[in-house]
Amino acid sequence: MKHIKTVNKPGLQKSLKTGGCGECQASCQSACKTSCTVGNQVCEK
Amino acid sequence: MKAKIHKFEQNGEYILLDINSGAVHVIDKMIFDIMDIFDGGNDAEVMEKLSASYPKADLEEALSELHELMEAGELFAPDIDVPPTFKEKGLVKSLCLMVAQDCNLRCKYCFGDGGSYGQERAVMSPEVGCRAIDYMLENCGPFRKHFEVDFFGGEPLMNMKTVKAVAEHVHELEKAKGVQIKLTMTTNGMLLNDENIKWLNDNNVSVVISTDGRREVHDRMRPDAGGHGTYDKVMKNFKKFVDSRKGEHYYMRGTYTNENLDFTEDVLAMHDAGFDVLSMEPVVLKDSPLALREEHLPRIYEEYDRLTEAYLKRHREGKGFFFFHFNMDLSNGPCVAKRLSGCGAGHEYFAVAENGDLYPCHQFVGREGYKLGSIYDGITNKELPRYFRESHVLNKEKCRECWARFFCSGGCHANDDLFHGDIRKSYELGCELQKKRLECAIYVQAMLALEKMEQGEKVGEFTTAEGIR
Ligand code: SF4
Ligand code: SF4
Repeated sequence: MKHIKTVNKPGLQKSLKTGGCGECQASCQSACKTSCTVGNQVCEK
Repeated sequence: MKAKIHKFEQNGEYILLDINSGAVHVIDKMIFDIMDIFDGGNDAEVMEKLSASYPKADLEEALSELHELMEAGELFAPDIDVPPTFKEKGLVKSLCLMVAQDCNLRCKYCFGDGGSYGQERAVMSPEVGCRAIDYMLENCGPFRKHFEVDFFGGEPLMNMKTVKAVAEHVHELEKAKGVQIKLTMTTNGMLLNDENIKWLNDNNVSVVISTDGRREVHDRMRPDAGGHGTYDKVMKNFKKFVDSRKGEHYYMRGTYTNENLDFTEDVLAMHDAGFDVLSMEPVVLKDSPLALREEHLPRIYEEYDRLTEAYLKRHREGKGFFFFHFNMDLSNGPCVAKRLSGCGAGHEYFAVAENGDLYPCHQFVGREGYKLGSIYDGITNKELPRYFRESHVLNKEKCRECWARFFCSGGCHANDDLFHGDIRKSYELGCELQKKRLECAIYVQAMLALEKMEQGEKVGEFTTAEGIR
């Protein structure tokens, strides 16, 4: 494409079906614990 | 209406995020303008409104590219409205142990009143600590393998007796039950002596170390109980510590207040001092002279732009560092269920106070009305955990509409409670900072991905560091 460069392979919609195992780590967002937004995480699977 | 896309300009680049798919597109100015109008089906309106600004053929070409994205599910992807697929009943998968509600520093911005959390200064006994671990394994639901336990305080190294007893208990349980219990500790470094360093290394404890960056900032903000600066002492300890584990499994974090809004200097000071896994966090304070307020926002945004450029510059020069908030995996992030469930406080993550009382998380310890039960009697407050679990982005009024909802997962309940007395009312300043940092992170990852694509690597294969390496 000339006007658009897509930089990732998004998996959000797919994960609606495959996700939810819950093995991932907790993700506190508070400053005192180095706020880990879920965006910073990778899936444990 | 719920936003479906978010677009922004960062350092001359135009970026388009498709919220419900998570697709990130680097676009040109024409597409950026088109997206003010385009809703997926109104091509004629776009042509009419923009024909004075762009050649007709270019607009047609752009629109056809946008339709291509829609067909690929990477633009205007459908809303995600499903309830979280996580279990109905609260499970325990991680604990924060307040092993020492006491501290040897007097940081100016401490939310825990010098470690005591408004209660008596006290330390957790080994019995309480070990019982807490048993409680977690008894209440984790079926077949859970991964757990986390964080030694927190106050200053956890002030109570190594309990820390050691808990770790020993953890290792026994890991062997006996085939589970993995990840241990972390957050420390100010004052007691990080050779003996403690060896013990932490031998026991695979990931460690978060706290400093505020530049010497003068650190010494002003993080004095000891006698009011003396602590920079020299803790940095010497941190250096020895990080070298001893070959730069792995640690995180260096700092806090900025309105007294160092030029915090890029502090991040770079940490890097220059030889550390490369870094984080710098906005202080959260109400009615304090150090607090961040709305009037500081333009200055803070500017600073994140500076930090972003400094980060990329060092990266491109081959001497990059990890900065926690820019560290985002755009392709392999967590599933929707995780993104909806947020921090887990009060339903899968709990804090254990020194006496064994359970709270939704470390920040709620000692807060009126938030005691949930104890490790001996279990959760006796049945309502609150449910309220926490259901306080996710689809149920928080502001989050539901917010473009950042699948990255942020709803912010910090403790902050919402502090500012609004309700964990469903978002702390606005936190939201503004969160969104700015996310834009910077998406930009950083997009630029790094583009650079890799130019070198011929496939999309989706770029790497990011884990939470704690
Ligand atoms: S409520 Fe806030 S401080 Fe507590 S675990 Fe969640 S994000 Fe962290
Ligand atoms: S907490 Fe704020 S930034 Fe995060 S999703 Fe909610 S409204 Fe958006």
